[in-house]
Amino acid sequence: MTQQGVRWTADQVLALAPDTASRKAGSKLGAAGPWSEAGSSDEGTVWGLCKGSGSKPYQTIVDIADASGPAYKCSCPSRKFPCKHALGLLLLWAGGDGAVPSGQAPEWAGQWIAGRRKRAEEKGSEESPASPSGSADPEAARRRAERRAERVTAGAVELEQRLTDLLRGGLAAAEQSGYGLWEETAARMVDAQAQGLAARVRELGAIPSTGPGWPVRLLEECALLHLLGQGWLRRERLPDGLAATVRSRIGLPASVEGPPVRDRWLVLAQYDTTDPRLTTRRIWLHGADSHRTVLLLSYGAAGRAPELALPVGLALEAEISAYPGAGQLRVALGERFSPPTPTDIRPPGMTTSQAAARYGDALRDDPWLESVPVTLDRVVPTPDGGSWQLADADEDMALPLTPAARSRPGLWRLVALSGGAPVRVFGECGHQGFTPLTAWPEGPGDAVALC
Amino acid sequence: MTRTSAPVDAPVADAWEGLVTTALLGTDRRTPPGSRPGPEAPVALLDAAATETVRRRAGLRPARAAERPQAAPEDPRPPLPPAAARRLALLLADRPGPSGGGRRGAAPDLMELLPQWLAAANSHGFGPPPHTLPALLDAARGRTDLRPAVLEFAGPRALWLARLNQDWRFALRSARGGGAALPHVDDDERTQQLWQEGLFAERVALLSALRSREPASARELLATTWATERAEDRLMFLDSLRSGLGPDDEPFLEQALADRSRNVRATAAELLSALPGSALAARMAVRAEACVAVDHTQTAQATPTPTTPTTQSTQPTPVIAVEAPHECDPAMERDGVVAKAPAGRGERSWWFGQLIEAAPLGTWSRRLGGRTPREIVALPVADDWQGELHAAWCRAAVRQRDAEWSRALLGDPSAPEAGGPGAVSLAERAKLLGTLSAAERAEWVAGFIATHGLSEAFQLLGVCAVPWSGPLGRAVVDALNIARDAGSYPWSFSGVMGLAERCLDPSEAGRLDVLLAVPDEPENASPGAGGYWAEAFQRLVTTLRLRAAMAAELGAP
Repeated sequence: MTQQGVRWTADQVLALAPDTASRKAGSKLGAAGPWSEAGSSDEGTVWGLCKGSGSKPYQTIVDIADASGPAYKCSCPSRKFPCKHALGLLLLWAGGDGAVPSGQAPEWAGQWIAGRRKRAEEKGSEESPASPSGSADPEAARRRAERRAERVTAGAVELEQRLTDLLRGGLAAAEQSGYGLWEETAARMVDAQAQGLAARVRELGAIPSTGPGWPVRLLEECALLHLLGQGWLRRERLPDGLAATVRSRIGLPASVEGPPVRDRWLVLAQYDTTDPRLTTRRIWLHGADSHRTVLLLSYGAAGRAPELALPVGLALEAEISAYPGAGQLRVALGERFSPPTPTDIRPPGMTTSQAAARYGDALRDDPWLESVPVTLDRVVPTPDGGSWQLADADEDMALPLTPAARSRPGLWRLVALSGGAPVRVFGECGHQGFTPLTAWPEGPGDAVALC
Repeated sequence: MTRTSAPVDAPVADAWEGLVTTALLGTDRRTPPGSRPGPEAPVALLDAAATETVRRRAGLRPARAAERPQAAPEDPRPPLPPAAARRLALLLADRPGPSGGGRRGAAPDLMELLPQWLAAANSHGFGPPPHTLPALLDAARGRTDLRPAVLEFAGPRALWLARLNQDWRFALRSARGGGAALPHVDDDERTQQLWQEGLFAERVALLSALRSREPASARELLATTWATERAEDRLMFLDSLRSGLGPDDEPFLEQALADRSRNVRATAAELLSALPGSALAARMAVRAEACVAVDHTQTAQATPTPTTPTTQSTQPTPVIAVEAPHECDPAMERDGVVAKAPAGRGERSWWFGQLIEAAPLGTWSRRLGGRTPREIVALPVADDWQGELHAAWCRAAVRQRDAEWSRALLGDPSAPEAGGPGAVSLAERAKLLGTLSAAERAEWVAGFIATHGLSEAFQLLGVCAVPWSGPLGRAVVDALNIARDAGSYPWSFSGVMGLAERCLDPSEAGRLDVLLAVPDEPENASPGAGGYWAEAFQRLVTTLRLRAAMAAELGAP
């Protein structure tokens, strides 16, 4: 687990930034000028003093080797996390021009690092004996779960009523009834503690304003919502895996239950989606030995970046555990045995036909699935009228890009990387098309993030 | 994907259409296929739609591939060293935000370093990582001054990319045929073909390229079609003769003096007057000489100077007398003199200025008693003609690239009038400096700054070679130091500070270390100025170090 010789790239460091402003501010601090006493240890800690506007420089420390993710400490008053000083320090370190020599941590940095290591050990020793982190009173927990299930059932019954009313009167009327009706229904689903249902109901309200073809999309979503409601109401009769999928789609909390899988995990992609209340970060990993592609989710409250950040293109040795549900890709990150380091691993790819078939197969386990993660090998980004597609280099088939992917700047990085030649592309493939997230050139070359 | 991919099979597609129609109308109006009317009908419809939705999605297949783009041309250049590629990513990440305002702080302005980085990368002949091309093109789109360097660095793949994106069309327009597209100099047939059939921009590029290698054949090529070109095209083509202008061009230019277009005539005359041996220059010399003479009868009293005590006024001091032309005859007009004066200018002084500007500077030594340019410039000029005469000489010195006259007109950089309003303005001085060698230019500006400080130096610094010479850099840093001690705020000098960040030799960074500390504030200083100065110097040093690092990253093979 030594850090010697391992440097991140600037892109990887900048991927840690919580927002654009921090990224910009951090870039500017990534030069030797404001820094003094900067150094790094072989154990994966980087420290430095950064001259700010005040008389006393800020003390900045980053622990990149910590098993629970990069940790930052900075004496600046910023509420951004990591702050621009931490980003700047990492950039300086990533630059590798001798500005951050290897050495012994000064006292102010050493104390914090030692404290962290000690706490980590204590935590580890506490956790190991008490194996299942069960609650103190299993009987009370069971009663709570039952009450909650009753409320979800009431919500699902009411939702079914709303849907049948809608279809009795016709979707054409939905265009007039507007957003309010669905907002109210969504609020009731929130009351019923069925967040998954609530989110789907809110989307229903938005569909009539999405342009041509909206009745088809509205019918599809109504039908899938109906399917989910029915699935909940008859969950006792479903196979275990599908029942677990229904519970997770409804929005009930689940705890990881799969056995931990240790592998060398390549970070395929990381991207955030934000709404006013929550930032959701999705990180796709690919196991070098297990050949599994799994999803890590982490959340940040409004305006704060989720804490977990893994640079695309690096690989880390770690354990993951799966969430319940048939075909579920979501996992939790367990113990990490190495920090993310550069790697030559690339995910094996497939053709567009195989990718479409992969999505079709996955619907069997989870009919509500929007897309599946796949890597396409030897595809050429190809203009198709006003849109784009990824065409097989060796066959006459192509997957269209999703509307969202077409409007992203990453599309042009992909086109530039390809230059009309085949590339390997990881992304999400579903009924709307393909969303490219990361690409590799045909020959040698680093992963290029597209999101 | 649903739209572009084939339906699973036709009957199923029909079934789905039926469900959508029923759903739109509502089950109260239409009963879904295979169910009975009544309260169960909506549920039956939802059940059927759920099955169909999952079935449709599961059955999706890829679409037919559209016509694939032609592959981008090979870029034979070596890729950037990894450290330089990381640096480029950082420089490109520092894009100016929508709200650019505010104090600059101590951190360097990375976007300002991009031009230097590009120049260095281009001089080493590196090619870009392909995925950086969109950011490079976006940067060039926002800043036209960056375009030539960006497009050179971005290379052939960027042009390939620009054909696919409307936002980057500028790249196709501004790309100068760039070697690859232009025919070889010996390929007469292709040269002729491109000249006859090419787009205007291609023809201009061809002519300029040819002119830089073989001035005579460029002129001959132009002569073959000259009579049939449009007036604005003739003007642009004629302008390309500016580079490599020589005595051989005279016959062609003389002929252009009779052109139908007034602008073409004026440009031809201007080019001819830059050839001191041309017939036009000789004609202008005759006209100009008629206007300027040494008058020994007058005393210098009309323009007393502090160094000329009145006691000496009995001694007749030579004075330059000016007699401006009384008319602008057709011959003058044919030689490019513009007859109509701009609003607010006297006709006679307007004509006079043009004659002096176009006359060979060699005329004056002969005409004015064998004096050197320095002696001539020192002569007093009667009746307030000095400004007009000296300004015209300045234009002539710039046009004829005459270093000796430039030196004389520039005068001594430490002379009091050099810094203030004198006969020669700062803008004219900047142009005159352009005729001197880089070293002499830097020395003159250093001398100017040492005497007059920085407030007037900005324009002059702009014409100095980069990186600044040692003496010039020291003069600037010393002057900044003095400005700081004077207690004003640094933003009065932000222009020079910005130039210094880009132009100071990175090896001077060490010299600045003593300036980084916050100084004690003198009594009359502006509040807090010392801290801001320290911050500004810090940014300067950081930027210099960054530039040194950039150069090292690109220099390493």
